[in-house]
Amino acid sequence: MSLKIIVLAKQVPDTRNVGKDAMKEDGTVNRAALPAIFNPEDLNALEQALRLKDQYPESTVTLLTMGPPRAADIIREGLFRGADGGYLLTDRAFAGADTLATSYALSMAIRKIGQFDVIISGRQAIDGDTAQVGPQVAEKLSIPQITYAEEILAVKNGKITVKRRLERGVEVAECALPLLITVNGSAAACRPRNSKRIQKYKYAKTPSEKQAAADEYAPLFDSRDYLNLVEWSTADIDADTQQCGLSGSPTKVKKIENVVFQAKESKTLDASDAQIEALIVELIANHTIG
Amino acid sequence: MANFYTDNPSLKHHLHHPLMQHIVELKERNFADADHFDYAPIDFADAMDSYEKVMEIAGEVIGEVIAPNAEEVDHTGPQVVNNRVVYAPGTTENLNATIQAGLSGLSMPRRYGGLNFPMTAFIMTTDMVARADAGFCTLWSLQDCAETLYEFGDEEQRQKYIPRMCAGETMSMDLTEPDAGSDLQAVMLKATEDPENGCWRLNGVKRFITNGDSDIHLVLARSEEGTKDGRGLSMFIYDKRDGGVNVRRIENKMGIKGSPTCELTYKNAKAYLCGSRKLGLIRYVMSLMNGARLGIMAQATGLSEAAYREALAYAKDRRQFGKAIIEFPAVSEMLAAIKAKLDASRSILYETARFVDIYKTLEDVEKERKLDDAEKAELKKYKKLADAYTPLGKAFATEYANQNAYDAIQIHGGSGFMKDYPCERIYRDARITNIYEGTTQLQVVAAIRHVLTGSYLTQIQTYQAETLRPELDPLKARLTKMTNTYEKLVAQVAETKNNDYIDFQARRLVEAAGHTILGYLLLSDANRDYEQFIRSAEVYIAYGEAEVAKIQQFIESFDIDKLQYYL
Repeated sequence: MSLKIIVLAKQVPDTRNVGKDAMKEDGTVNRAALPAIFNPEDLNALEQALRLKDQYPESTVTLLTMGPPRAADIIREGLFRGADGGYLLTDRAFAGADTLATSYALSMAIRKIGQFDVIISGRQAIDGDTAQVGPQVAEKLSIPQITYAEEILAVKNGKITVKRRLERGVEVAECALPLLITVNGSAAACRPRNSKRIQKYKYAKTPSEKQAAADEYAPLFDSRDYLNLVEWSTADIDADTQQCGLSGSPTKVKKIENVVFQAKESKTLDASDAQIEALIVELIANHTIG
Repeated sequence: MANFYTDNPSLKHHLHHPLMQHIVELKERNFADADHFDYAPIDFADAMDSYEKVMEIAGEVIGEVIAPNAEEVDHTGPQVVNNRVVYAPGTTENLNATIQAGLSGLSMPRRYGGLNFPMTAFIMTTDMVARADAGFCTLWSLQDCAETLYEFGDEEQRQKYIPRMCAGETMSMDLTEPDAGSDLQAVMLKATEDPENGCWRLNGVKRFITNGDSDIHLVLARSEEGTKDGRGLSMFIYDKRDGGVNVRRIENKMGIKGSPTCELTYKNAKAYLCGSRKLGLIRYVMSLMNGARLGIMAQATGLSEAAYREALAYAKDRRQFGKAIIEFPAVSEMLAAIKAKLDASRSILYETARFVDIYKTLEDVEKERKLDDAEKAELKKYKKLADAYTPLGKAFATEYANQNAYDAIQIHGGSGFMKDYPCERIYRDARITNIYEGTTQLQVVAAIRHVLTGSYLTQIQTYQAETLRPELDPLKARLTKMTNTYEKLVAQVAETKNNDYIDFQARRLVEAAGHTILGYLLLSDANRDYEQFIRSAEVYIAYGEAEVAKIQQFIESFDIDKLQYYL
């Protein structure tokens, strides 16, 4: 059996180690202070895809990402870890997209890619935390979806069995192919980059990267076709520009505030069990813990 | 996100040594592999870039997977279940991660599935692995058995086993027996020819076999019935898939507890001769041991790195008398000494690895074509240097690992004696390094030859002839004086022509050579990267100078008639 697998991945600012310079004065993200990384749950998604390929080696894993030209890093990172190829959607018209415009663009690109059996994405990205893009893509493609997946258990007779990690338990769901799956951070960590693959793909570039900088290894792009990464614009995926980027985004940011946490009141407890217990009860009651 | 390569600038420094250009060009044979393998480099810069990237991958796997597992692996350890070794769960996870990262068979040729990296790069991964977990490092280092298989096995054997090792199967070298430890000539494991099945059969017992339940074993066994010495021993390949070797028990050790040290029983185990009969010990095991010693040198260096980092972190964190204890000279001078010994160990480690790279690659080239006279001379020179530096470096790096681990505990004070900090594991793990693959005492036996024949002195003179930045002149002058003292002491001891006396002073002479050589190596490091190495160069040379003076005092005032009190 061979599966055509598409992995949706996003390049995000690393919000896990936010310092005081993470936001600019005007309330926008200071991208210079936050390194751009592969969205962590998308790496979990990639691992699930690669495990399917381990099981069915004839399968292909294709990455799809949307972002500025430097998001080509996502495709390369995927190639280093075992993906077969990828597409970068990059165009000024895609910029400023909310989840609706993003899922529109991604779904158009998937239509362009054509046939697929499984689309896998991370549950949510650490910059927006919406968890909407995966489900919206599934809706736009009119395919079923399984969210919060932790492990793909089996693929048999055109059906997939998936373990879902829910708030208070585990659920095993079965679904017919094709479908879209979003993967939780509790799923297996992604395998490391592979030494041979990094040597093979390290010079891979998109057309705009090739234009941006002269490359002493340029002759390789002709003799080694796998070094040419595919970049698509709105036109390439037959997208309606009105539905892309800012113009396709009903979400408008009204205001961003820089919230600085500071203690407003303080309490002094003595070391008695009664006082500590009272504090625990209070913290549970106001949902600080528990 | 811990990365044991990118957080340690000294590794990059050694990876980019000027000699690497020559090594890479030899290793890559005009970059001919680029036409056949999509991951082969097309020029020197491309190769170096690949080494960098793969070291980063290794550093990440080691920092993110192996290091966090170390404590659990040390506590759990392997077990024997139904005569088979079951690794601690962390060990299995480590192995899987390194396999997925494609790090197995780093130094093997690409046609067998390897990366064709120089030994220097492989040793660098060993150095990093040991910093994370010296127990796992033993499994890692045993990849080096493939070098021996590659060098001495026939083409069929290479094609059968090396790709399996490159795909992640583990190896072991089965040498030691209950009555054959340092003295391997006494090996008794019996090998009998089985012409009917076109193989050999092994019967007997091996002991202290690291990773003894590995997939592919190299076994030293007695093939010549009736013989008693090393000339009756041959090397065999045993494939676990064939069966016949069981694990009777594993040792309960003081350190490197994650590494299964096995007692093995061979019951008519099917095996294949590797290389020629009777050359097992005298040729192949000697080569195997040299590779293994280099691996231990790397393991010891990694342990010193770990000891230094633990000690430094604790000294910065721990406050007494109103300040961090690092601010007390009594503590900071210990840290300076640990760092100097660490940097010195690493310098001789990579110097030796480069020597090995040059001579082994030339030997490999020689299999394809005749070497010209210059190449032959080069091969001879570097083989001799590798021979001289391997025991010296192993002795120094492993003794320093012990001293550094000891001092790291001392800096931790009472807390260091508890099981709460990694320094106690490092201390236990370091203790084996100056014992296995030849004790320090045996390294001295191998090294003294090079003291007496002048190999060390010749190389010291090469270092002396190098032009360095002028601010290093004062240190160089002190090293010149150390060299003169060393030369004088060697002459003084050698001219007695009394072998007992020479053996008695051997350790001191080897140490004097070592202090001088390590001093020069650090000087050369400081010449290339002043900021990074000047402190260690200053601290080490001051230390080495005082040590040489101590040795001089002992030898010059020693009355040879007093030797009787020591024998």
